[in-house]
Amino acid sequence: MPNKIWVALLPLALASLPALGKESAADNYKTYCVQCHGIDGNGKGINIRDMSVQPRDHTDGKAMSARSDDTLFKVIKEGGPSIDKSVLMPPWGDTFSDEEIKDMVQHLRTLCKCKPAA
Amino acid sequence: MRMTAWFLAAGVLCSPLAIAKDGAAILHDSCASCHNLTGPAPQTLKELWARKAPDLFYAGNKYRQEWLVGWLQKPQRIRPAGQFYGDHIKRGEKQDEVDTATLKDHAALSGDDATAVAAALMQLKPKSDLIAKENIPPGKIPEYMGEMVFDKFLGCMACHRYEPDEGGLSGPELYTAAQRLQREYIASYIRSPQAWDPKVWMPNKHVSDANIQKLVYFFEALGGEQHDAK
Repeated sequence: MPNKIWVALLPLALASLPALGKESAADNYKTYCVQCHGIDGNGKGINIRDMSVQPRDHTDGKAMSARSDDTLFKVIKEGGPSIDKSVLMPPWGDTFSDEEIKDMVQHLRTLCKCKPAA
Repeated sequence: MRMTAWFLAAGVLCSPLAIAKDGAAILHDSCASCHNLTGPAPQTLKELWARKAPDLFYAGNKYRQEWLVGWLQKPQRIRPAGQFYGDHIKRGEKQDEVDTATLKDHAALSGDDATAVAAALMQLKPKSDLIAKENIPPGKIPEYMGEMVFDKFLGCMACHRYEPDEGGLSGPELYTAAQRLQREYIASYIRSPQAWDPKVWMPNKHVSDANIQKLVYFFEALGGEQHDAK
């Protein structure tokens, strides 16, 4: 009987596995994005001095609202060239899960205090 | 005569072991508090942020022994913004800046200790399977062509310096990469940084085999300039 309980619970345990290792968007931003987009998300990171194209200012509500959530998801996952932007924005698809990227898109919306234009 | 032969044989057999033992002891006593000598690499951001210095548990798959011997006697900064850049930055007038006051210098070792430690580090090879997958044939690339790949095509310069004052700061400088690193390690790390260090802030750019080769040749061309790391 106890074995049957474990078998019944197994799918629940497996379903919770993908959540393991998921990091918060704020922590991911601090670790991966700040190097170029800056401590304050204003595009003024430590790496920018010699860049031919400057990183996006994530606090710029006007520019950020011009991008849909789907476009932000795509550029984070696949990199700048996927939306005809700079190669200096790399693809993060091997670093973040899709769920983490979705969270990151929402984090960007809090930084820009903006919504995508309809 | 027989005794002399025995001593000679014992000397030949014991010397390398004695050096390896000393090196391992130094590593254990003096290096392990900052460097991870046993693995695994950080699996969470919390672990990543807590890392004080480069992981050394795969040092034998990564470094060139002769470079280790020299660098350990005269250490020079390889990561302009420290191990984790996030711990060493501050807001500046025009942009964020490296907070150099928070960076610590690496201790220098004596020649004998450096030789012993380098020999012990070269024994650490848990990632030989990844190294075995790489094959970089002998070759060269004009430096300007390599720079084109490094800068314009792949954007590596965003985070890495390829001259002492050119390029980004959050990654290790690469103008001494060829002196410092085994070429198969360079290739493997570019192919998948996450295979070596799952949480590292270098993305996998899915670089083609051809461009991986060109980058290795580019670093070797830069190495010919004999820059000193700063």
